[in-house]
Amino acid sequence: MKKEGKIQVWQDYQKEIADDHYFYVRSCIRQNFFPGSEQTFLKILRKELNKDIYENPHHTSCSGIGYHSDIVPFDTIQTIIARQFALMTEAGYKNLAVSCITSFGIYNEIIETWKEFPDELEKVRTFLKKATGREFEIPQNVAHASDIVYKFRNKISSIGKNRLINQKTGQPLKIVEHIGCHYSKMFPCKGVGGAEFPYVLAGMIESWGGEVIDYPERRHCCGFGFRQYLIMSNRGYSVSNSRKKFESMEPYHPDAIVSNCPGCPMFLDRWQYVIQEMENKTYGPNGQGIPVLTYEELAGLVLGYNPWDMGMQMHQTNVEPLLDKMEIEYNPDLKYTRKDGKMIGKPMMVGCGW
Amino acid sequence: MKDFGYTVIKQRTIDYDQFDGRLLKEVLEMEPSFKVCLSCGGCTATCSAGDLVSFNIRRMNLMLRRGETFELESEIEKCMLCGKCMLVCPRGINLRNVIMLIKKSILKFKPAKT
Amino acid sequence: MHNHVEMHGHASLQKKNLYMKHIVIIGSGIAGIETASALTDAGHWVTVIEKEVHVGGKLNNWTYLFPDFTPAEEITKPLFSKFREKDFSFLPNTEIKTVIRNNNKFSIETSGNQQLEADAIVLATGYELFDARRKEEYGYKIYDHVITSFDLEQLFKPEGKLTVAFGKHPKRIAFVHCVGSRDEKSGNHYCSKVCCITGVKQAIELKKRIPEAEIFCFYIDLRMYDKHFEELYRQAQEKYDIQFIRGRLSEASENIDKSLLIKAEDTLSGRPLKMNVDMLVLLVGMEAGEGTTTVARTCGVSCEESGFLKTQDSFLKSNFSDQEGIFLAGSCFAPMSVHDTILHARSAAQEVNDWLKNNN
Repeated sequence: MKKEGKIQVWQDYQKEIADDHYFYVRSCIRQNFFPGSEQTFLKILRKELNKDIYENPHHTSCSGIGYHSDIVPFDTIQTIIARQFALMTEAGYKNLAVSCITSFGIYNEIIETWKEFPDELEKVRTFLKKATGREFEIPQNVAHASDIVYKFRNKISSIGKNRLINQKTGQPLKIVEHIGCHYSKMFPCKGVGGAEFPYVLAGMIESWGGEVIDYPERRHCCGFGFRQYLIMSNRGYSVSNSRKKFESMEPYHPDAIVSNCPGCPMFLDRWQYVIQEMENKTYGPNGQGIPVLTYEELAGLVLGYNPWDMGMQMHQTNVEPLLDKMEIEYNPDLKYTRKDGKMIGKPMMVGCGW
Repeated sequence: MKDFGYTVIKQRTIDYDQFDGRLLKEVLEMEPSFKVCLSCGGCTATCSAGDLVSFNIRRMNLMLRRGETFELESEIEKCMLCGKCMLVCPRGINLRNVIMLIKKSILKFKPAKT
Repeated sequence: MHNHVEMHGHASLQKKNLYMKHIVIIGSGIAGIETASALTDAGHWVTVIEKEVHVGGKLNNWTYLFPDFTPAEEITKPLFSKFREKDFSFLPNTEIKTVIRNNNKFSIETSGNQQLEADAIVLATGYELFDARRKEEYGYKIYDHVITSFDLEQLFKPEGKLTVAFGKHPKRIAFVHCVGSRDEKSGNHYCSKVCCITGVKQAIELKKRIPEAEIFCFYIDLRMYDKHFEELYRQAQEKYDIQFIRGRLSEASENIDKSLLIKAEDTLSGRPLKMNVDMLVLLVGMEAGEGTTTVARTCGVSCEESGFLKTQDSFLKSNFSDQEGIFLAGSCFAPMSVHDTILHARSAAQEVNDWLKNNN
């Protein structure tokens, strides 16, 4: 593999990422799967990087799930997005920081629609005004939260306490990076590095000392999406796609998977448990799975945050092997205890490798 | 094993690396004119059997090339050996012989039941 | 490096030919040299301007020609001897800066600060090959064993080595047709015409050198348009066991052992197909290239949407640009083979000669 060729591609796909003063819009489902991630992101931005990032408690889900499942019509979602922009305008912000990849895709799709069809924009202004009395401006810059972490990756690297290195062998950790489909496959120019060789996560991994694994099914969808998992009998699609990725990455023996989408790490994490139960097969050594992290959790580990504070005990695939490799201090007994020492309860079903 | 209500779906991609080429090799050795087939479909267009049942001789030849002997066995019975395909073929392939060779050799290379 | 235009014995020529005119030809590839020879034979004074340091253009880098594997040298050698023997002026390392029309003549200023007066100009600026890096999904210059037809042609030279990882011969090679042609994503809607036959030719050449290899060609349509092409295709199937699979490659990825996983659809059986190959050869198309675009702009000549030069019509005037007195020869007009280029160049000389007789 020739790195220089990839560097050329990355240079062709650069995008503007705002520097400061973000209006944060959260993901509706990510808090369930990865409870600590968004909070970690806010902590990194406010405490470590001293950035101004504001979120309005009145902001809503972008309704992307409904839209992609044909439940929410296009006019409705445009109006919902317009309302998010209205809240942003009223708070005096121009830069949007988006937590979810689907939302990011929706925002880009709608802004492009408004560019190409100005009459739709006018229509939506009327709808919003009638429904809520609000008015809005289109944000100057729409960045995904992973773009922002990418932008400041070198700063995080310099203040970080841990590197992505296997402390036992001294080698960089082998990390698989996985981009949510809606990040760059819809609009390659809106993703750092484009759609074929995306760089947003690869840049973070490299900056923090790790090694990016390039495997044949790197571009493949994890199988999330919406229609195919809402109904149980359709989930065969999803698990088959994730399994294809796992089979393809297995020969490389990755130490971890990083993703920037809410759904992808959830699936890549949970399906390892399902595949273990269905076929008795795991993809890591000694019956372990491959730990799946969000980029905020990875950044948090690099900065030395407590893994349990970031909610990593909620993963279904055990993350402890990764923590051991990085020689991060953690107490396995404190997994399910609160700060005041009270137990929050143990999960009934344990996952892959716990 | 746990049953979650769904299962991993078998891939329908032709995996060329899993290709069992023994039947194809045998047929090509005995009837080398088959090498120059370009899948134009002229044979299927005129086929007496293909007009009435699902038999498609162009696809049979292609399945042979992809090592799909399993489906071939049942389909190949439908050929009436009338020879109309040979009249049409622009590359002059001896199609009747190809069919006869497949019939003869297919039992030899039948994949074991898994 | 010439600092002035040399006139070898043109004074004596002037007396012989009443119709002798000065024609400037831009480009010294096979089209430029062939037009220059024919016009010199007709008694005119010709100056050939070339931006590189050597003559011969793209054919210098090719090894064997379709459809009969003639070594490219057999074409370039006679060209170079024509170049040496005949009496035309050659300005290498030179580009044209400005072209101004003065009544019936052209005033040309070159990058070497020469001033030339021409009665007619012939554009023989040729083509460029599509840069396969623009097709990111095939991983050219990223994966180790993805090469273009141009790279493969270099490996057919006597000193070329056909090996992959660990120094072994590739066991399985796949050719991808239509790379950079017939493709909106590449920006080229047209068909480059000569790549299909190049693929068939190179597949045969590879098989001759590595008889145990399995060779596949992934095509959309097979354009065997000229004499002996269809017969070569049949020979490829019959004698060399080349497998032709109809279906466009969607992507190539590298495995841990540097082999490539490719995905296409076998359209004729209606199912997606994947396989691992040791080497992938991209059949890159022809583009008009920056040389042609720049010269067209300088001369005020129109280009088509494809970038190739426009002619006054498609039948009787395919050597005439849309500017009076400026003619075209060779692949700056459209993708063409060596055979077609030489014919086009000779026809250009004829048209220039006739035009000069009737218009001056």
